[in-house]
Amino acid sequence: MSGLKYSKDHEYLRIEGEVAVVGITDYAQAQLGDIVFVDLPTIGKKVTKGGELAVIESVKAASEVYAPVAGEVVEVNAELGEKPALVNEAPLSGGWLVKLRLENPAEIETLMDEAAYDGFLKTL
Amino acid sequence: MRYHPLSEADRKAMLATIGVESVEALYADAPASTLLRTPLDLPRHKSELEVDRIFSRLSQRNMAAGRVPFFVGAGAYKHHVPASVDHLIQRSEFLTSYTPYQPEISQGTLQYLFEFQTQVALLTGMEVANASMYDGSTATAEAVLMAHRLTRRRKALLSGGLHPHYAEVVRTISRLAEDEVADMAPDALGDEDIISRIDESVSCVAVQTPDFFGNLRDLTKIAEACHRNGALLIAVFTEAVSLGLLTPPGAMGADIVVGEGQSIGNALNFGGPYVGLFATRHEFLRQTPGRLAGESRDADGRRAYVLTLSTREQHIRRDKATSNICTNSGLCALAFTIHLTLLGEAGLTRLARLNHANAVALAQMLEKAPKVEVLNKSFFNEFTLRVTGDAAALVEKMAAKGVLAGVPVSRLLPGAGMDDLLIVASTEVNTDEDRAAFVAALEGSL
Amino acid sequence: MLDRPAKIEGPDEAPATFTGNRALDQEEPLLFEIGRLDATGVDVDAAPQVEKRLGGLERKEAIGLPGLTEPETMRHYVRLSRKNYSIDAGLYPLGSCTMKHNPRINEKVARFEGFADAHPLAPQSTVPGALELMETLAHWLMTLTGMHAVALSPKAGAHGELCGMMAIKSAIAAKGEGASRNVVLIPQSAHGTNPATAALLGFSVRVVPAAEDGTVCAQAVREALGPEVAAIMLTNPNTCGLFEREIVEIAQAVHDAGAYFYCDGANFNAIAGVARPADFGVDAMHINLHKTFSTPHGGGGPGAGPVVLSERLAPFAPVPFLRRDGERLEIVEHAEGTESFGRMTAFHGQMGMFVRALAYMLAHGGDGVAQASKDAVLSANYVRASLRDVMTQPFGDRACMHEVLFDDAWLKGRGVSTLDFAKAMIDEGYHPMTMYFPLVVHGAMLIEPTESESKASLDLFIATLRNLAQAAKEGDAKRFTQAPRYAPRKRVDETLAARKPVLRWSAA
Repeated sequence: MSGLKYSKDHEYLRIEGEVAVVGITDYAQAQLGDIVFVDLPTIGKKVTKGGELAVIESVKAASEVYAPVAGEVVEVNAELGEKPALVNEAPLSGGWLVKLRLENPAEIETLMDEAAYDGFLKTL
Repeated sequence: MRYHPLSEADRKAMLATIGVESVEALYADAPASTLLRTPLDLPRHKSELEVDRIFSRLSQRNMAAGRVPFFVGAGAYKHHVPASVDHLIQRSEFLTSYTPYQPEISQGTLQYLFEFQTQVALLTGMEVANASMYDGSTATAEAVLMAHRLTRRRKALLSGGLHPHYAEVVRTISRLAEDEVADMAPDALGDEDIISRIDESVSCVAVQTPDFFGNLRDLTKIAEACHRNGALLIAVFTEAVSLGLLTPPGAMGADIVVGEGQSIGNALNFGGPYVGLFATRHEFLRQTPGRLAGESRDADGRRAYVLTLSTREQHIRRDKATSNICTNSGLCALAFTIHLTLLGEAGLTRLARLNHANAVALAQMLEKAPKVEVLNKSFFNEFTLRVTGDAAALVEKMAAKGVLAGVPVSRLLPGAGMDDLLIVASTEVNTDEDRAAFVAALEGSL
Repeated sequence: MLDRPAKIEGPDEAPATFTGNRALDQEEPLLFEIGRLDATGVDVDAAPQVEKRLGGLERKEAIGLPGLTEPETMRHYVRLSRKNYSIDAGLYPLGSCTMKHNPRINEKVARFEGFADAHPLAPQSTVPGALELMETLAHWLMTLTGMHAVALSPKAGAHGELCGMMAIKSAIAAKGEGASRNVVLIPQSAHGTNPATAALLGFSVRVVPAAEDGTVCAQAVREALGPEVAAIMLTNPNTCGLFEREIVEIAQAVHDAGAYFYCDGANFNAIAGVARPADFGVDAMHINLHKTFSTPHGGGGPGAGPVVLSERLAPFAPVPFLRRDGERLEIVEHAEGTESFGRMTAFHGQMGMFVRALAYMLAHGGDGVAQASKDAVLSANYVRASLRDVMTQPFGDRACMHEVLFDDAWLKGRGVSTLDFAKAMIDEGYHPMTMYFPLVVHGAMLIEPTESESKASLDLFIATLRNLAQAAKEGDAKRFTQAPRYAPRKRVDETLAARKPVLRWSAA
């Protein structure tokens, strides 16, 4: 098991202490196609669960990324400014989007684990 | 009729293929109450000869700029446009093509847009430019909206030297979009203190140079004040030829430069179509309105151009788009680009010098004339004259003498207490005889 | 008939040329790669010696603008032009765009000096012909739509939408409902300009679902209406090429709820002279003069988007507007003392387009305008009927208006997408149809042949699409996925362009 948590909007969360690394899943990046730009939030922004966290653009579409849990943005992946393709190439590692300081760690339990997410994907 | 290739026999055969009796049957979805039972009360079709005759008669009732000594400007300028420009823009492949959404068969349009963007960026001294807006006034309004998005503030400060129509366009959209506008009073002398009005509530400051009254403005200190307060400077121009001679707004610290491109390549057209120019910094690209042509490669690796960063635009972003603009001013942008290519740096510089020299020559003559006063300390090809009495009445009197003398300020700013001000423009089309006719008609009318 | 080669072979065996040119398809560098700073194609007279009055603001550094002489300029832009498709060269079946023939008499009269060389701020007394022309155009637009007034100044369709929605917002404010009515209903199938316009004015957008038959049903509108709704923005005929059957009931429901009906007039070419928007209950509608009334698209403009208004919106129309008092006709340029919502653009609108559109109207007459609409509808249905056995229609086989919509269900499992199919049309010498719009239909292909095509032209187009459809079904996917092969460029890498935007030439 990866220890990642997943949302139905195809975001993942990797917990590192009080902070969660948020990105989009491999399934999501494949659906979006070649990513050309990632509009990241400013550091310090507070987001509610389900609030807009970032916007990922492919050539012909712009897709909002919603915060899977509430929190405060403590870091963004600055490397995506130069290399948005990282989200396609390595969504779970180099292509992460933001780090959130969790407002309510209990919210994590509302998300799916890997097995549940894999099952969810099969229903799509 | 001559425009409809289908014959009655064709129509019958086509109806048979479709399997309906009549064309009317194809409108079966339309509620009966919405279909016309009798033809509209409109004249029947006309031959090309008749159409030509009707428009010829209408045209002859207007006083064309080229027929008289002509000094009207204030946002639209008469310049000589080389014959090759109009010939080229009437080529079928430019005139009758659509927006270049299919790059493989639109490289002609895409490459000239890329050239246009480069020329606009060079002229204004900015990093990037878009593929055009409707005109200078709507480009100004778009710049204000863009500044609001970038600064997350909602108050624009407008200089009193901004073209009154441009200011009205900004006020209209701002009022209806529920944004704020702070106005400076009309400023005929170009010496307003706008800097003291800039604070941290202001999103942007829009200043025109040469301004509506013809004054040239140094934007450097205004830009500094803007940036100290986290605001953006929008530099506006209505006479693109001036950029051949003047320090570009980009070199004075402007963040967004917008203007009217009609002067280069485009006729007066009684006010439109014109071409709005829009240039800015690279870092603001994602908030820029309008189309952008970009460089790329095709599947064989050959250089190719394509519309890009479309996710900003309405057809993709819908209610989150940077603007609702779709159709822009493609063909007018082409005319601009071809004319500027013909001019080149050498030609544009000479043209700008000639414009300035003609205006100075006229100003010198008027400074010797009684009952009038030139207000400007500096100007490019246009200045403001204080006359004795009502400038609008004077213009009418001079028109009756066959001279189109300029624009009375009261036409655009009624009730501003400026009824005695006349804006006079002089371009390369004016001759010594025109200037003499101006002075003679003026002296006979005051 | 077409002169087809006896044996069809690709160019794969052909050697590359040394120039990169392919006979008439000639490569052309950028202006910046061939121009010189000292070259010019305009001989400008020397300026008389005067003392400059530039207030110390003279340009200190060179601009860097290369120039070309006249013969070089001609060649540069003629060569570029030949890389474009155009209506004059072929059928241009872009749905929603109305790529009809652009009569050249329109171009001629628009260049008459009384129009092209008239200044917008010349005394009104010196331009009575221009004012009369605008009044005549207004009369035609009001008669064709049955509407009460028209605002001429909007510069294009989207600007017209803004005008109409500004009039609606002003009317709502005048009733004291400005704070409460802030929602605009828009069907999912709408043009992107509709939600963009509504959002620009601070309205929030509520999407109205389409019924299964591709139209909007009055019941869905009723359910979406409420005291917070300001307006509905509806296209009729709609973007699926269908006449909204319940348009009258929808308008009634909208009006009963105290809201306004904005109609997107992009598809007026199906109904001009046949049905009047006023009779649907429209409050405001823009008319794309560059669609219905044949002013050239010019590679993306200029357009013109006059807006017709109902009696209750007319007072809020923008300045300038025309006012006639007996013999005296004038342009009112200031909103003071009126209910006008203000000014949308400098000067009076797209006069050059007014001249062209009116020339089209006078040439066609009321009879010709109606005939054009009927021929456009007939031609679209002919295309539909001739392709219905090989392509699939999302809403069943039913009469369409001036454009016919297919989906990609018939391509499923063939390894060919709508995009691939469209690119193969390029190789056959056609501009593709509108693709992936409207968004409500999967892999949409929207075909609008217009009234300008002969039957022979339509037949060849149909035969070509049938051949392509056959090839797709027979598994000849390579024909599509590698298309276009014969265009001046093969498929262009849009990802590269967007990831590292290069939007201007720079010295290396």
